[in-house]
Amino acid sequence: MQKPIILTAATAFALATPAMAETPVLTVLTYDSFTSEWGPGPAVEAAFEETCGCDLQFVGAGDGAALLARLQLEGPSTEADVVLGLDTNLTAVARETDLFAPHGVTAELSLPIAWDDANFLPFDWGYFAFVGNKDFEAPTSLRALADSDIKIVIQDPRSSTPGLGLLMWVQAAYGDDAPALWTDLADNIVTVTPGWSEAYGLFLEGEADAVLSYTTSPAYHLIAEEDDSKMAWSFDEGHYMQVEVAGKVAGTDQPELADKFMAFMVSDAFQSIIPTTNWMYPAVTPADGLPKGFDTLITPAKSLVFSSEEALAIRATALDAWRTALSQ
Amino acid sequence: MAHSPVAINPRWPGGIVAGLVLVLMLGTVCAVAMRAEFQAGLGAADWAAIQFTVSQAFVSAATSCLLAIPVARALARRQFRGRSALITLLGAPFLLPVIVAVLGLVMVFGRNGLLNDALAFLGLPPISIYGFHGVVLAHVFFNMPLVTRLILQGWLSVPSERFRLAASLNAPIGRVIEWPMLRSVLPSAFLVVFLICLTSFVVALTLGGGPKATTVELAIYQAVRFDFDLGRAALLAMVQFGICAIAAIFAWRITSPEASGAGFDRAVQRWDGGAGRDTLVISLATFFLLLPLAMIILRGTSGLLSLQPDIWHAALRSVIVALCSSALCTIMALALALRAGRLVAVTGVLPLASSSLVMGTGLFLVVYPFISPARLALPITMLVNAVLALPFVLRSISPAVSKIETDFGRLGVSLGMSQGIWLWRIVLPRLRGPIGFGAGLAAALSMGDLGVIALFAGDAQETLPLAMYRLMGAYKMEAASGAALLLLTLSFALFWVCDRGGRLNADL
Repeated sequence: MQKPIILTAATAFALATPAMAETPVLTVLTYDSFTSEWGPGPAVEAAFEETCGCDLQFVGAGDGAALLARLQLEGPSTEADVVLGLDTNLTAVARETDLFAPHGVTAELSLPIAWDDANFLPFDWGYFAFVGNKDFEAPTSLRALADSDIKIVIQDPRSSTPGLGLLMWVQAAYGDDAPALWTDLADNIVTVTPGWSEAYGLFLEGEADAVLSYTTSPAYHLIAEEDDSKMAWSFDEGHYMQVEVAGKVAGTDQPELADKFMAFMVSDAFQSIIPTTNWMYPAVTPADGLPKGFDTLITPAKSLVFSSEEALAIRATALDAWRTALSQ
Repeated sequence: MAHSPVAINPRWPGGIVAGLVLVLMLGTVCAVAMRAEFQAGLGAADWAAIQFTVSQAFVSAATSCLLAIPVARALARRQFRGRSALITLLGAPFLLPVIVAVLGLVMVFGRNGLLNDALAFLGLPPISIYGFHGVVLAHVFFNMPLVTRLILQGWLSVPSERFRLAASLNAPIGRVIEWPMLRSVLPSAFLVVFLICLTSFVVALTLGGGPKATTVELAIYQAVRFDFDLGRAALLAMVQFGICAIAAIFAWRITSPEASGAGFDRAVQRWDGGAGRDTLVISLATFFLLLPLAMIILRGTSGLLSLQPDIWHAALRSVIVALCSSALCTIMALALALRAGRLVAVTGVLPLASSSLVMGTGLFLVVYPFISPARLALPITMLVNAVLALPFVLRSISPAVSKIETDFGRLGVSLGMSQGIWLWRIVLPRLRGPIGFGAGLAAALSMGDLGVIALFAGDAQETLPLAMYRLMGAYKMEAASGAALLLLTLSFALFWVCDRGGRLNADL
């Protein structure tokens, strides 16, 4: 009795996606929070569709790492025309798939570092930082944090992008001494969560004095919630950067639209959406500047970042050291 | 699973369902393995993960079972106002999405939680929830209520004549009635919890406090997501099935078949037991289980107001998926229960040990060449959720079916009943309770499951748990806790309606 109902429902769901044959479709594979209703996705889609005469469709797939795994699963037959949301820890592997074509865009990027990647073009960037409450006496370096009895929550580098970012941060700042720093940090770490959300949630519940996040996180609380109680801790060693990039898929059936999108990505229309939806710095500062509130954020004196090839090369060793130090 | 005395139950539908489950479980692992070039075997870190996984699952399952026995016993012996509501409410922790439950527990047992506030007030040193004991605590919170329900069913299925007889003969009830009943119910309950904890990953890592709390499921996650080493993912998924097989064999070895025999098929009235101790046990269990829930409700209430209208679409989608997969699951479980035997026993535990990430990836690989995965997101979610809930529903229905067959099968055959009449007039009316409970559980589990939807869904297929995670990912923790409350309420309402429907006019 029940089966026909289920089949009907299944068919209805399968047909629910409207078929758009007339207008060309540009498919952009991205991470979940980009395409969610609070992310940049909806505004970007509206702005691009105004000029392109096309239908821009975002396909969301977990976070940056899941995005790359998804692309690898789909292989050369992927329907994606553009992949948006990888970061420098992932681009070396992404490049090895040979699925990407040169983007061919020249733009005045406002990154604190030089950028000359032929395949991947940044759309936003940020610094990793520990975020705590303003009334708390902040440590001034990773070393000071490790020597203190301050409690922090971090993410697992094996399952989370910020977690991997911290691993690279410690590696970039301490090199061969990184394992020793991890050993000293171990007693500060309340717990390690699988993803950013769990860690941030625990921090907001008061489980730790600080959480690994971004220097831009306090801007969310300030602008969206009118709450100025959060601040990022500025560290003397410098802060590791996350640069988020997009690339054009080599086998795309919409090469011109894809090129158009890549150029649009570094234009004001796209870039001005980024700060208050993705809560990161735009890759090209819009003509109107950054939104009010971003001026209150800390600016690290030193930017740390590995090239994607370096990041890939040191990952396994760094991970082993991390696991050993924290498993004591 | 002894052979039934008479063959009156239809067996072929169960065969089809078992085949489907096996294909879905093992076929997806094969699909993943075939995409990979096999390289190295398991490393030292993998073995450490396996060791941790098995030990935490064992301790969690043992603790859940040990604590559930006195609670179930007290509930079986006492009649009080609100008892029925309490039994239903016991289902709630099990239905919570993992991250919601973890935050609920942290609000009570965490560094800044109620318990430590109370300890500080009394001048006592704080306790930490993070570590091996935290993992066990959370798993007990999730699973002890489930075990309580399973054992309670065992207790209530003992015919009241036996208790009356025991009471009139002044026989030791514990030894002659309760112990044999527990021997037939506990091993399978233990196995279920052990397997649930085996695939735990968010709880284990978050409350385990660091990488020493790495489970096999996390290693799989890492293999798929960060290393894109599908061979290793498939290998680890097979390791999980292997552990599952060993555990299942052990559990089946020590299970003794139920030996209480037929009675008049009505529930229990008891004369034994200490009222004071039962009351204490029930109060403690209620307190432990409901306090975190109360915190979640408290926190979520303010968040409800900040929810966008879109959340209702996601909620509706989730309810439809949950109802469909519950119906599918119940039909499959019934077919399997009627078939019984080893094959069914295997299909009844295998889904518990499956890695949803490997299954999702396998399905993706199978589906992708033919159709856009987003189009199949909801049907696939329904099917996968139904299969994942199958062990629980089967566990609820199966003992009742075999008991009906033992008790009434000979009668049915001697009266020359057709299979249809047998099912319709004898089996189904007696299965109302277990089917209601099972269907409710399946619906609620499907409601809260993130599982494979995250791999497949586009924007148009967003379900409520996915929406909740996306809210959390966008800093909107308050709205997320509102969504969590909505999810909890809807899951629980689905469970309550089904369970209640099954229990109408029954004594449970």
